[in-house]
Amino acid sequence: MKKNNGFMSWVDQRLPVSSFIKNHLTQYYAPKNFNFLYFFGALAIILFVVQILTGIFLTMHYKPDALHAFASVEYIMRDVSFGWVIRYMHSTGASLFFVVIYMHMFRALIYGSYKQPRELLWIFGVLIFLLLMAEAFFGYLLPWGQMSYWGAQVIVNLFATVPFIGPDLAEWVRGDYLVSDATLNRFFAFHVIALPLALAGLIFLHLAALHSVGSNNPDGIEIKENRDKKTGIPLDGIPFHPYYTVKDLIGLTVFLIVFASIIFFMPEVGGYFLEHNNFVPADPLVTPAHIAPVWYFTPFYSILRAVPPILNSQFPGVAAMGAAVLILFLVPWLDKSKVKSIRYKGSLYKKWIIAFVTSFLVLGYLGTVPSNVWGQMPNFIPLLGGLDWATFVARIFTVIYFAFFVLMPWYSKKDKTKQVPKRVTYK
Amino acid sequence: MKKFIAILISLVMCLHNGISFSADGSYHLDNAKINLDDEQSLQRGARNFINYCLNCHSANYMRYNRLADIGLSDDVIKENLLFTAEKTGELMDINMDSTEAKKWFGANPPNLTVTARSRGKDWIYSYLRTFYIDESRELGWNNLVYPNAAMPHVLWELQGVQNLEDNKLTLTKSGLLSAEEYDQFVLDTTNYMVFMSEPAKLVRYKIGYYVIGFLLILLILVINLKKEFWKDIK
Repeated sequence: MKKNNGFMSWVDQRLPVSSFIKNHLTQYYAPKNFNFLYFFGALAIILFVVQILTGIFLTMHYKPDALHAFASVEYIMRDVSFGWVIRYMHSTGASLFFVVIYMHMFRALIYGSYKQPRELLWIFGVLIFLLLMAEAFFGYLLPWGQMSYWGAQVIVNLFATVPFIGPDLAEWVRGDYLVSDATLNRFFAFHVIALPLALAGLIFLHLAALHSVGSNNPDGIEIKENRDKKTGIPLDGIPFHPYYTVKDLIGLTVFLIVFASIIFFMPEVGGYFLEHNNFVPADPLVTPAHIAPVWYFTPFYSILRAVPPILNSQFPGVAAMGAAVLILFLVPWLDKSKVKSIRYKGSLYKKWIIAFVTSFLVLGYLGTVPSNVWGQMPNFIPLLGGLDWATFVARIFTVIYFAFFVLMPWYSKKDKTKQVPKRVTYK
Repeated sequence: MKKFIAILISLVMCLHNGISFSADGSYHLDNAKINLDDEQSLQRGARNFINYCLNCHSANYMRYNRLADIGLSDDVIKENLLFTAEKTGELMDINMDSTEAKKWFGANPPNLTVTARSRGKDWIYSYLRTFYIDESRELGWNNLVYPNAAMPHVLWELQGVQNLEDNKLTLTKSGLLSAEEYDQFVLDTTNYMVFMSEPAKLVRYKIGYYVIGFLLILLILVINLKKEFWKDIK
């Protein structure tokens, strides 16, 4: 033991390891009233590591070459020892990453974790979300199946709708006149190094900001405002280690059970995680009848499709889709409520958050199906006759999606809030 | 209850006897009751596939020696199944030139290694059983599941010849196999193609049970660990 201490003090004089462990684990005080929604931040970091590690092993066998990419994935699935486990971990991990991140964002939204003093923490989070979407998009091209290919074709063509410079911009992104070997190579570079590196940096900043302001909690009460007079330790705070490390182990184990169930029993998840058509090698000459992005992009894809072209330009749809994500940056300043947490907000806010979540889910569903799925509206309806029902519904929910944000300054101010207690509620 | 059973039985009979079409006019696929644990079926399927499909269709993501997973030894493969390759470690490739093939059939016969994952087992099972004579087609054959398919009915000698009248297929010339034998032949082939599309499927579920079992035990331990640590938090 003494020898160990000697070694640690030797290290500590040269690198502040012990004080780092103290400041960020054993003497980092987190509110004691976290619920299960607080598992998702830790799970997101673990998934990031899982994706990096499985990605490294996939990169050892994958070939970013239009002639060999599809075959090399099948090689991984067959000839590499347990390659199928690694590949399914990576493909399932990608989808679950979005499940986890959406839950994490929902948590922040309902408990007001974006409000003062956590605005930067939130902004880093939204940036991570943006980069994660780019990372997933680039990665989806790599298996070089039909959905990879045509999905990329559709998304890159979105750039072509930008007024004036559009077509040149799309060509610049692709590196060719159509999605090709050149596109595959640059997407590979972005997927395996550029974006993971940027993500790692942003995750570091996200955590640094978190540890500087401290965690919010389901009550939205600042625990630092109630400290023990002698020690200065927040009265409602407990050391992250060991309390939350052991608690997060439960969340992690439950998550791993879900993760393993998918990997071993239903890796395709009915075509949602691995699309059936992606088991057909990419063919630039055969356009699939129905091109749909992977499920985690579908709410935004629905918004894109819902907005009608103006003056023959699809750009308004693309702009709306972009705005649907970028508007998240403004949330800290759109919310004028006096309280943080939904627990002390009034019924008005609750109605709006339910409307928002519903619109997100409905738009998500509609993005997975062709827009004629519910048939067309009868012709006798003025103006709307002949319009696809699904498009009509998507338009309504697109409006609700944006109204949740745009009207937030109004309804969050008007909402009757409850009195926030001094101390957090526990048990 | 009796009424319900009667409806159920008549439904099953309908599915069994006639052809059923779904609302949009496409053929309603028959359920292929495959069994990946049935090694005999998989071996028969491998034989069928290599003899009948692997002349025009390649399966070159799959190696011959992977057939060991379904109980075929190297020697058995070498003696009975190795037509287009010299060593069992080679991929299931074909000698046909793809540009020539396109000239002959109008379309390049697709690689079948992972077709069971893109089309599904029911599609393959139904497709191979619904070829019929159609003089209007270049090669004289058409298909209910995949209308105007470029592929001729290569198994007609086994199944016989079917005609389409009033949306119903009738066997007008019998083949070497009876209807039941032919269905089994196609079922075995489908079973094999499902295996070939993902050989790991044979072990995936088994490993999965162990992993989930381990995690459930771990869950009990970590729940108790958390309780032990948290009991002094008030």
